[in-house]
Amino acid sequence: MRARNTIVGAAFALLAGGMAHSALAQDIKIGEINSYSLLPAFTEPYRKGWQLAVEEVNAAGGINGKKLVVISKDDGGKPADAQTAANELVSSEGVAMLAGTFLSNIGLAVSDFANQKKVFFLAAEPLTDAITWSKGNKYTFRLRPSNYMQAAMLVEAASKLPAKRWATIAPNYEYGQSAVAVFKKLMSEKRPDIQWIDEQWPPQGKIDAGPVVQAVAAANPEAILNVTFGADLVKLVREGNTRGLFKGREVVSFLTGEPEYLDPLKDETPEGWIVTGYPWYSIKTPEHDAFLKAYQAKYNDYPRLGSIVGYQTIKSAAAILAKAGSTDPEKLIAAAEGLTMPSPFGEITFRKIDHQSTLGAFVGKTALKDGKGVMVDSSYKKGADYLPSDAEVAKLRPKD
Amino acid sequence: MAFYVVQFLTGLASAASLFLVASGLSIIFGVTRIVNFAHGAFYMIGAYIAFTLTERLSGAFGFWGGIVLAAFAVALIGVIVEMVLLRRIYHAPELFQLLATFGLTLMVEDLVVLIWGPDDLVGRRAPGFRGAIDFFGQNIPSYDLFLIVLGPVVLGILWLLFQRTRWGVLVRAATQDRDMVAALGVNQKWLFTSVFAVGVFLAALGGALQIPRDAVHHAMDLRIIVEVFVVVVIGGLGSIVGAFVAAVLVSELNAFGILIFPKISIILVFLVMAVVLIVRPWGLFGKPEAAARKTPGLTVNPWRPLTSNERLMALAALIVAAMLPLFAGNYLLTVGSEIAIFVIFAVSLHFLMSVGGLASFGHAAYFGLGAYGIAFLAKMAGLPMIVCLLLGPLLGCMGAAVFGFFAVQLSGVYFAMLTLAFAQIVWSIAFQWVDVTGGDNGILGLWPSSWAASPSRFYWLSLGVAALVTVALRTMVFSPFGYALRATRDSVLRSEAIGIDAKRIQWTAFVIAGTTAGIGGALFAYLKGSVFPDNLGISLSVDALVMVLLGGVETVSGAVIGAIIYKALNIWLVSQTDLSKLVLGGFIMLIVVVFPKGIVGTLEMLAQRRKKASPPGSTLLAKPIESAE
Repeated sequence: MRARNTIVGAAFALLAGGMAHSALAQDIKIGEINSYSLLPAFTEPYRKGWQLAVEEVNAAGGINGKKLVVISKDDGGKPADAQTAANELVSSEGVAMLAGTFLSNIGLAVSDFANQKKVFFLAAEPLTDAITWSKGNKYTFRLRPSNYMQAAMLVEAASKLPAKRWATIAPNYEYGQSAVAVFKKLMSEKRPDIQWIDEQWPPQGKIDAGPVVQAVAAANPEAILNVTFGADLVKLVREGNTRGLFKGREVVSFLTGEPEYLDPLKDETPEGWIVTGYPWYSIKTPEHDAFLKAYQAKYNDYPRLGSIVGYQTIKSAAAILAKAGSTDPEKLIAAAEGLTMPSPFGEITFRKIDHQSTLGAFVGKTALKDGKGVMVDSSYKKGADYLPSDAEVAKLRPKD
Repeated sequence: MAFYVVQFLTGLASAASLFLVASGLSIIFGVTRIVNFAHGAFYMIGAYIAFTLTERLSGAFGFWGGIVLAAFAVALIGVIVEMVLLRRIYHAPELFQLLATFGLTLMVEDLVVLIWGPDDLVGRRAPGFRGAIDFFGQNIPSYDLFLIVLGPVVLGILWLLFQRTRWGVLVRAATQDRDMVAALGVNQKWLFTSVFAVGVFLAALGGALQIPRDAVHHAMDLRIIVEVFVVVVIGGLGSIVGAFVAAVLVSELNAFGILIFPKISIILVFLVMAVVLIVRPWGLFGKPEAAARKTPGLTVNPWRPLTSNERLMALAALIVAAMLPLFAGNYLLTVGSEIAIFVIFAVSLHFLMSVGGLASFGHAAYFGLGAYGIAFLAKMAGLPMIVCLLLGPLLGCMGAAVFGFFAVQLSGVYFAMLTLAFAQIVWSIAFQWVDVTGGDNGILGLWPSSWAASPSRFYWLSLGVAALVTVALRTMVFSPFGYALRATRDSVLRSEAIGIDAKRIQWTAFVIAGTTAGIGGALFAYLKGSVFPDNLGISLSVDALVMVLLGGVETVSGAVIGAIIYKALNIWLVSQTDLSKLVLGGFIMLIVVVFPKGIVGTLEMLAQRRKKASPPGSTLLAKPIESAE
């Protein structure tokens, strides 16, 4: 108690001292938040992506002549800490908009913060449908194709399979639950003859793969839907390969074609899975070539999907800021709604109706090539083609 | 039928790897009484080093040699950690070593990413154990069979080591009564170091052996550490056989549980632990703890209320803090509110730990329940903020009343682990019951009413409540209730002999602490405008423990300082550096070595010493009562 005043003073002096390094007043600042320390495998390429974009934007003259500055913060994977960071960015750094986030719950926390404080927020990676639909708000936009869109893309391919008996394996949290729910719903609409015979819900990051694989094998499905990713996916694939779970069974899998998740599998990559992902090695479009060349020149490394997301987040933010010609949040919203811009995947639009971008994803099959996992027979699916009708979206989203 | 046999064998294989790590933890705890939070970190380093070695060295010999070499290398690291860090703090208050190992864990998590990069690493398969064996149409991976054999073999070796060697006899003796072992002239230093080395070796071996089945990544430690603690406690602390049985029990229940309830894995171990501890308070194979020879939570300087001068100083400090809105911006005020809220949270745990001698590992449950209380009242009942703030903490109170009743039947680490189990059960309810709690997407839109909405007003509100709570709890410490509670802490037998109903007093303290934490949680919900299962999670409980230990567990209000320093530093570091865990972990380890009684505890001790040094002659009276009984 006695030492309280000095310590409080010291603590705040430290805090205040830390904020001395601000950018120049005439710069345009974007506040960026992501789970850098929790998910480095995804966020490191992401960071490289947005750094490249900042460089390109400023090399091309900045935003209406002003320099673009991105101030980046780590949220440690906790929604409460993300809000602290958001608050710092808005209150003391005076950023024009917030961007970033990876985990769905953090995206939602920041989106709620943005709604409350009336700040523009461009969610980069969270996949939850809630962020644009059931919990959507007018200040929040989202770049990546949502859970629903990725499910719809996979269903298109999966519904053509002859398999009738399906099992699901998904991490036991909101992302896994809603991915399975949407996939089941869309699938059963197209194929009423399908039976869902087993489901496994290992805890995220803690899969006990042996028993899970054995349990699924015992149900003897003809096809399997997988939603696990990261280290869980590695364990699942290894156990599945040894125990022959995937032999003679079709597998449809969310996100597995992304280099972040496919590359660690190396020579254990299972072949013939239908996946969403990012086959950077086989995309032959001028937009993507330009991005790939610039990225490889700067980092001497190949891009992951995170690189694309980071790059396009800042590119989109810059386009919105340039069009608005102001940092007023209402003007930014007006500028963003319906704005069309180029991306490495081709042109994308931020829809007015739900603030979802039409960035798509690649759907293809996994294969082994020179001891490495790759995506083959892949094709780009435009996001706009895999969203429900406007009437349905209007019902899903609360009125602003 | 074949399927059930194979499922059983698969469970056994999972049990084997769990057992390896758990046995190491159990041995370390049994002898040194260190709650080794870094055990998961050693497991992870074992996997990383084994990955590097097995990639470099070729052939079957290279693989197996690499695994064993990695385990030895990590054991060496363990020896260094023990000699440089832990040796200095064996005489610190109970659980203080947890702080050191927590700091170490934080550092390791950043270090492995710095050294090995951010990507998940997938190692080689074990030569000779790549495929599977056909068992009536079911496949059993041969590596699983290897693990199934390895588990009992390690158990057997450990048994021989403990029963047939002099070292083993000493270890068993120390587990039972380490003071007596020391009194008989055994060199404790080297006994502790060797035990720590063996424990770390087992953890690293467990990690290294995961290479053919798992991916190596920087979050492996957290994935295993809690589960391993649970296994050790179910089995009974210090019992190797118990750890083995518990590992098998947990793994088999999981293997068969998912066939009926696919969502059970998330909570299973904690359910099992709660049931086991309620039925058998010392685990399956544990023995009742011997009566403590030392007074727990020994207060070298008897506690006393503040003098009037000190009261004035505290008041002045409060006034200075209240003037913050005059010169600070919105961000600083919000950080100030957050720190004030964590002061509430920390003092509530401090009350339970230092006054009651009951260290809870699941205190976040009541903090989170208070926050969810707000969410339910505000979102579902639509009540105004002031009513919510008054009623919300009641949910924390009710939770504490129910869980506290069972928890206070136990003591020491068993008490701590039962509170952890309850917290995890509450967490999984919040996580799973999506219709009511929104699952991990939480409940949004809980912003304060206009009268408290501005950052300065909310800061004043939080600061005022924090001051009130601190004063109220201090008053309670020096009330008859507080004395009774301290009596139960210092000696249950004696306090019962003079007619104190120990369990009832402790239960009351538990409810008070839970309700106070609930108040903190209620304010937190309004500060953040949202509630997530995170608010009930293990990491928050650990944060609270760290704050209390940092302040000094033997002080009356050290947690206030601990909370301010830890929270301010944490927020500042996360904002300023990408390596916040590395710096924070290093800072914590430094504090541990410099302030072995916590910051406030050590400062008080120094002040006391200076006072005593001046009047010579009164040494006999002033001499600290090192061993009360």
